[in-house]
Amino acid sequence: MSDPSSINGGSIVAMAGKDCVAIACDMRLGMQALTVSNDFPKIFQYNNSFIGLTGLGTDVTTLSEVFRYKVNMYNLREERDIEPETFANLVSTTLYEKRFGPYFVGPVVAGINSKSGKPYICGFDLIGCINFAKDFVVGGTSSHQLFGMCESLWEPDLEPEDLFETISQALMNAQDRDALSGWGGIVYVITKDKIVKRLLKTRQD
Amino acid sequence: MDVILGITTEKEVIVITSRAAVRGVSILKTDDDKTRVVAPHTLLAYTGEAGDTVQFAEYIQANIQLHEMRNTTELSPPAITSFIRTQLATSLRSRKPYNVNVLVAGFDTATDKPELNWIDYLASRVKVPYAAHGYAAYYTLSLLDRWHRTDLTLAEGLEVADMCIAELKKRLPIDFKGVEIKVVDKDGVRTEKVTE
Repeated sequence: MSDPSSINGGSIVAMAGKDCVAIACDMRLGMQALTVSNDFPKIFQYNNSFIGLTGLGTDVTTLSEVFRYKVNMYNLREERDIEPETFANLVSTTLYEKRFGPYFVGPVVAGINSKSGKPYICGFDLIGCINFAKDFVVGGTSSHQLFGMCESLWEPDLEPEDLFETISQALMNAQDRDALSGWGGIVYVITKDKIVKRLLKTRQD
Repeated sequence: MDVILGITTEKEVIVITSRAAVRGVSILKTDDDKTRVVAPHTLLAYTGEAGDTVQFAEYIQANIQLHEMRNTTELSPPAITSFIRTQLATSLRSRKPYNVNVLVAGFDTATDKPELNWIDYLASRVKVPYAAHGYAAYYTLSLLDRWHRTDLTLAEGLEVADMCIAELKKRLPIDFKGVEIKVVDKDGVRTEKVTE
C-alpha cells in the first residue's frame, strides 16, 4: 500500500526488432486508487536515446530533469550526441550514487546506435543494475502482465510496423489487467533515420 | 478535511478553498484563507500539516518576490511551479520534510492561457484541467469529469464550482464553514465570492 514504487502506478515496455526498437508507456498518474491525471507520459528523449521511467512520480520528474542536465553537459564536453549504450551506463551510475537512499524507479532505455545501427534495449533496478536484453524489457506496476504478453507476442526480426502492433497490444492488454496503469498510451518506434511517435487511445477505466 | 479545489475554464482558473481552520475536533477559525498570491498572475493554494503549510507558502512567496525584484520580470506559472516542485522534492529527502499539498493556479501572459498544476507532498507534479487535494477529491473529481469542458465560460465554471461545493456540504461529515472562491485571469488574482 505505501510501497513507494506502486503509489502512483504506471508501466513501460521496450522491444527490439529488425534494425528498429520500440518503447511504450501508459499515461496514468494516481494516488493509490485515485487517478489524478491521464496525461503523464513517462518516456523522455535525450539525443537518440529514449528512457522510460516508472515508479514514484516525483522521482520520474526529478530523474528526467537530472538526465536532461547530464546529457546536455555530455553534449557540451564531448561535442557529440550520447549513444544509447553510454546513456545506459550514465543512468546506472546516476542511480547507484543513491545506493542507500534510492530513487524509487524502474527505468528502461531504448535506442539505436548511430554508428553501428544496432538496436539497444535494457532495463534497470532502482539502484542501477543493468539488465541487458536482446528481445524485450518491461517495467512498472504491470510488469508481470507485460512479461506474459511479451513472452507470447514477441518474435525475432519484426519490421517497424509489426513491432508497433506487437508492443501496442502487449502494453494495452497488460495494463487492462492492472488497476494502477492505463488511461492511454504512447508508443515510439525508432529506426535509424526516423522516429515515429503514436498516441494510443485505450479504455478509460 | 480542508477543501482545496481548482478548475480551469477557457480564460481563467477558479480556486476554491474552505474557510475553516481545524485542529483535532475543534474549529479554531471560520475566515481562514488557504492561499497566497506568489506573483501577479499566480496563486498558491495549500493544505497539509498545520505549521508547515503557511511556512512553506510564505517561503515560496518571498523567494518568488525576491526573484522578481532582482530581475525586474514576472516569472511564468510553469516556472513558479517548477521552483515549488524542486523545493518540495529536496525537502522530501531531508530530515524533516514539508508535509504540504498545493495547487498552483496561474495565467500565463506569454501564451494567454490559464494553467493549473497539482503538486502533492511527495512533489509529484501534473498539469491538469481540474484538481483537488484530500477528501474533497473523492467527491468532486467525478462531478468535474462529467461537467468540465475546456471552453467553459467563467459563469459556467462558477456553476460547476457551486455543484462541487453543494456536494461537499452534503457528503463531508464536518462543516467546513463555507468557501473562498478566487479567480486568476489576465488581470491577475481576485476574490470572486466568499460564502458562509
